[in-house]
Amino acid sequence: MFKIIKKKQLNSAVTLMEIEAPYIAKKAKAGQFIIFRVDEHGERIPLTIADSDAERGTVTIIYQAVGRSTIMLSQMNEGDSILDFVGPLGTATHLDGYKKVCVVGGGVGNAIAYPSAKALFNNGAEVDVIAGFRSKDIVILEDEFKAVCSHLYITTDDGTYGEKGFVTNKLQSLIDAGNQYDLVIAIGPIPMMKFVSKVTEPYGIKTLVSLNPIMIDGTGMCGGCRVTVGGEIKFACVDGPDFDGHQVDYDELMKRNSFYKEREHCDVDTCRMLNAKPE
Amino acid sequence: MKNMSQYKVEMPVQDPLVRNKNFEEVALGYTPEMAMEEAARCLGCKHRPCVEGCPVSVQIPDFIARVAEGDFAGAYRVIRQTNALPAVCGRVCPQESQCESRCVRGIKGEPVAIGRLERFVADWARENLTGEEVPPVFNGHRVAVIGAGPAGLTCAGELAKLGYGVTIFEALHTPGGVLSYGIPEFRLPKYIVAKEVEGLQKLGVEIRTNMVIGRVESVDELMDEGYEAVFIGSGAGLPSFMGIEGEALSGVYSANEYLTRVNLMKAYREGYDTPIRRSRSTIVVGGGNVAMDAARCAKRLGAEVTVVYRRSEEEMPARREEIHHAKEEKVQFRLLCNPVRILDDGNGNVRAVECIEMQLGEPDASGRRRPEPVAGSEFLIEADTVIMALGTSPNPLLHRTTPGITVNRRGCIIANEATMATEKAGVYAGGDAVTGAATVILAMGAGKTAAASIHEYLSQK
Repeated sequence: MFKIIKKKQLNSAVTLMEIEAPYIAKKAKAGQFIIFRVDEHGERIPLTIADSDAERGTVTIIYQAVGRSTIMLSQMNEGDSILDFVGPLGTATHLDGYKKVCVVGGGVGNAIAYPSAKALFNNGAEVDVIAGFRSKDIVILEDEFKAVCSHLYITTDDGTYGEKGFVTNKLQSLIDAGNQYDLVIAIGPIPMMKFVSKVTEPYGIKTLVSLNPIMIDGTGMCGGCRVTVGGEIKFACVDGPDFDGHQVDYDELMKRNSFYKEREHCDVDTCRMLNAKPE
Repeated sequence: MKNMSQYKVEMPVQDPLVRNKNFEEVALGYTPEMAMEEAARCLGCKHRPCVEGCPVSVQIPDFIARVAEGDFAGAYRVIRQTNALPAVCGRVCPQESQCESRCVRGIKGEPVAIGRLERFVADWARENLTGEEVPPVFNGHRVAVIGAGPAGLTCAGELAKLGYGVTIFEALHTPGGVLSYGIPEFRLPKYIVAKEVEGLQKLGVEIRTNMVIGRVESVDELMDEGYEAVFIGSGAGLPSFMGIEGEALSGVYSANEYLTRVNLMKAYREGYDTPIRRSRSTIVVGGGNVAMDAARCAKRLGAEVTVVYRRSEEEMPARREEIHHAKEEKVQFRLLCNPVRILDDGNGNVRAVECIEMQLGEPDASGRRRPEPVAGSEFLIEADTVIMALGTSPNPLLHRTTPGITVNRRGCIIANEATMATEKAGVYAGGDAVTGAATVILAMGAGKTAAASIHEYLSQK
């Protein structure tokens, strides 16, 4: 059993939890994930590691309550325990040797973008962060990001906070203004990662995206999480979840992720970026 | 009095058209009377050819003689001396190619039903014997076992009996490996696996689930922590795909994914959260036991099921009994037939599979006649689900993270055949991690051999 040490509501739908998992805490690196199962009847759900503290022996997860398992988890409290918590899974993001990086987060994806920004910043890179949200009331991690970047740009779709518009608009304007990034990391809804990759492609800026396909075991034994990258089948749980954003077949991923839609509400339907194209 | 009938005492089974709608066990097992009657068919040969056919050397005539006398507890003690998981083996071993293939009674008529008798004894013991085992005295040495499948469980059990402090590290949330996620409930009920695992824990074996060795800890770190030897029994869980068009469509599963959802996550049962496609029409590609398991699960989930296999029935690697059971349950077979591509319904879901007819040509390197496509024979089978059961290979995670371990070109860990020692001192490996996908009992045999080698290694240290 894995004890919930801390619980904090970041906005109405997004929850932060610190889970006692000393073995995972000792090894976790930016870009890796865990799989949890609430109870005996539960399903296995992957979540990216948002932070970890080897000394305290805790792993932080930040998630949006979108389906049965995340809703159940969000209803648990400090002191409660969940049944299974396994990790660190996946290949850590390679973050060495970059000079100037732009980290782009979308919605709850900012929670996953944060550890990468922090690791890059601690490695001495110059880090710009573009954190995009639908609206002011769901902005998360503003202070945390400020501590680990050179510039933080917050965008909201409706202009209620920061700059109005999508993260792609902001990224385009930063590139136009002469910022020379040697890496862009994009983490958020699939359409957002797709369009960020489209922005950087003409400039040949290396772009990493963190994919979120459906997973079961997370150890490479089922291929449920397979994605097509550069025309080849890859298992996101072992080969990823980070991939070259210019090589990913996003449309296929989006279709595969909606396979169990009748069973589980999926955020593809409600994503406003699907129908909007970057200008 | 010997029973000189040429035929095995029949074992009662669920009616095929009833059982293909439930996940309850197909074979119902012998009654004590049936078991004693069948046991009386054993001639108690002096040269014991059956024992040589058993990878873990169960003393078959000895245990059967006790069954014939009605001494089931005595029979169980004989089996347990050499076999840690008899209720499992009695159910899933291919006895026809192992112990029973050597039985003298099989020369004229059917061999003695060794598997059914082993199963009977183990089931009887589970229901009638309690709390017999006392953990042996700890000998001061600790051994780590990676993977709680048949190889790891057997190795752990053998070492525990010798007094070693054994910890099994398992990546999934439930021990058992393929016994838990792969083989369906209707062939091997999960409470039986759980009970056999419990038996090991009573011997003092510690099982730590949710531990992915290679990620959370390396083999070297385990050794630094005081484990003096390590056994790698991580299996061959990496599924193969065909590489054809449409394989990424929604509704295409690897057999591993399909079976994991059904068996480990219980997606077929009300009240469990893991979803699975409730298919109208399912195609299973492949001809092994895994293909039969997947086909029979899909049938039980309400689908029309067709097994597509590129060779003929004679070459199918699945056990005859499993093919027979699948046919009785109305699984269809399209033999000498191979998928060419999978068609999209326009929304990224499977609509149909385009297949081509095959014919058998010259024998290939494996000695089997090579299937070749018949030009122009393409045709469509409508389906909304495709399950690829094309075999598996070892997961690369462990050897990639363990310096000193070497693998062959198929990704199998290289270990000495006689001792299971890898090229890294103190590290042993066995089961599918070494051989590639094989059988439960071979993995158990490897686990047993490795335990003996580890004992020898640590005794000399």
